[in-house]
Amino acid sequence: MEIPYYPGCTLKTTAKNFDDSAFAVYKKLGIELKELPRWNCCGTVYSLTSDDLMHHLAPIRNLIRVEEQGADQVVTLCSMCYNTLAQSNLRIQQNEEERDKLNEFMYKEKVKYDGKVKVLHGLTVLRDMVGYDKIKSQIKKPLDGLKVAAYYGCLLLRPKEVCIDDPESPTIMEDLIRTTGAEAVPFPYANECCCSYETVSNKDIVIERTRMITQSAQAYGADVIITSCPLCEFNLDNRQKEVRKKYPDHVDIPVLYYTQLLGKALGLPLKSLRFDLNYINPRELFK
Amino acid sequence: MSNEKSVMERIAEANKPVTAGVDEKDIKHWVTIRIMGKAYRVPSDLTILTAMEFAGYRFVRGVGCRQGFCGACGTVYRKEGEYKLKTGLACQTRVEDGMYLVQIPFSPAQKAIYDIKKERYNVSTILKYYPEVAKCVSCNTCTKACPQDIEVMDYVQAALRGNYEKVAETSFDCIRCGLCAMRCPAEIVQYDIGQLGRRMYGRYGMDKPDHLKIRLKELEEKKFDPELDKLEKATKEELVKFYAAREREKD
Ligand code: SF4
Ligand code: SF4
Ligand code: FES
Repeated sequence: MEIPYYPGCTLKTTAKNFDDSAFAVYKKLGIELKELPRWNCCGTVYSLTSDDLMHHLAPIRNLIRVEEQGADQVVTLCSMCYNTLAQSNLRIQQNEEERDKLNEFMYKEKVKYDGKVKVLHGLTVLRDMVGYDKIKSQIKKPLDGLKVAAYYGCLLLRPKEVCIDDPESPTIMEDLIRTTGAEAVPFPYANECCCSYETVSNKDIVIERTRMITQSAQAYGADVIITSCPLCEFNLDNRQKEVRKKYPDHVDIPVLYYTQLLGKALGLPLKSLRFDLNYINPRELFK
Repeated sequence: MSNEKSVMERIAEANKPVTAGVDEKDIKHWVTIRIMGKAYRVPSDLTILTAMEFAGYRFVRGVGCRQGFCGACGTVYRKEGEYKLKTGLACQTRVEDGMYLVQIPFSPAQKAIYDIKKERYNVSTILKYYPEVAKCVSCNTCTKACPQDIEVMDYVQAALRGNYEKVAETSFDCIRCGLCAMRCPAEIVQYDIGQLGRRMYGRYGMDKPDHLKIRLKELEEKKFDPELDKLEKATKEELVKFYAAREREKD
């Protein structure tokens, strides 16, 4: 089965390991991620300002690109892209006046967007379209004994209108972890913000958050953390370097995209999972 | 010397306003355009550029090739009764009745200085020199403004994800007229990004063509040195003779 795929800028640049591993994993599970031939930045952050329509052009234009393919759904993997696309879509579905304004502004587009495209996240595709039983049946290298903490962050869960699971106690990633034979270890900071773009201008606050989140996961026994957001991944993974500098007793914990973990259990070649691009080397985990 | 006209003479001729040497009473079709607000009646088969000259403007800057290649003659206009702001090259756009126009022959920009040999072939180079590219809101205004029909937004977006091949291919026909940059709400200078993209792709992305490899090898083997020596040692009279007998394409 083919699904139109919106990668987003980060998966084509610094999160190539997410893009490559996802491509291999979904393919193995019978889903062809078909990258849209034309797309633009998702807009990065959903604009909350009530009269700021300009920032909804980018997400809505991408949904027009989906319709141009004759499709009515699109899957994306980056939590941020998902959140921005899904929220703008919802806004346009609920507000006819804004929808007309945006369409009028984009008068060069052949498609007038009516809000019909469904925005899916890669995790719900695994749960709802592939099914955990099927995944389980395809596991070649069960990750027995591995303890995995699922880090959701904010953007998969909030606001609840676009949440991919229960906004307070999600289990979608834990359920996925269990299909691989690994043990899912819940931890209290799974839904806490990593402080996102503060990483550019206010690195210190991110260092503190990263320390709190990674150490909490370790305290609950985790060997590795998984996520679906390139910015969370960067903060939790790369920023451990600064955590270590500030707190010499810090012990590193690898951070992976959920697709990398799943790919490993599916027995996919290491090359396609691109562990070389993760900052903390996760290869030790699988020895 | 033949009696045929030289290339330069022929270009000059082709560029003469169609009205040159024609008595005004013989011109049948006239339109009214407004240049910076002032109305002028001009023959309807002129371009904006020749119409402005007809109206008495003399260009020292803001014109170059007169052929749609140099990008010096960017113009914005509106037509009476239409709200849309249009853009075009003055030398390529025919006047229409009711045009209100002004030329934007120059667009100020901060062009980055870089040593292409020292840059990394990934998105970081774009972001280092033109970080504002990340502010693109995908409004597509640049594309609407482009007189070359380039998908300008698409190459800006390709730059944002470090896809130099796409930047180079999409921006290839850019003539740096600057109209896109003048319209961009994110204050991006698209044409400079396109140029950096083409240079990066040329240096790091493209396959080296076979003929280049062959020619480099020939140079290393000093294949052309004897001919160069011959030229270096030639007298002026000999050089004139060589020049007249040179291999050349037909005009
Ligand atoms: S891309 Fe911009 S500078 Fe280049 S030709 Fe088009 S409008 Fe002019
Ligand atoms: S005009 Fe500027 S902001 Fe709009 S699409 Fe073009 S580059 Fe992006
Ligand atoms: S004068 Fe060169 S493009 Fe118009």
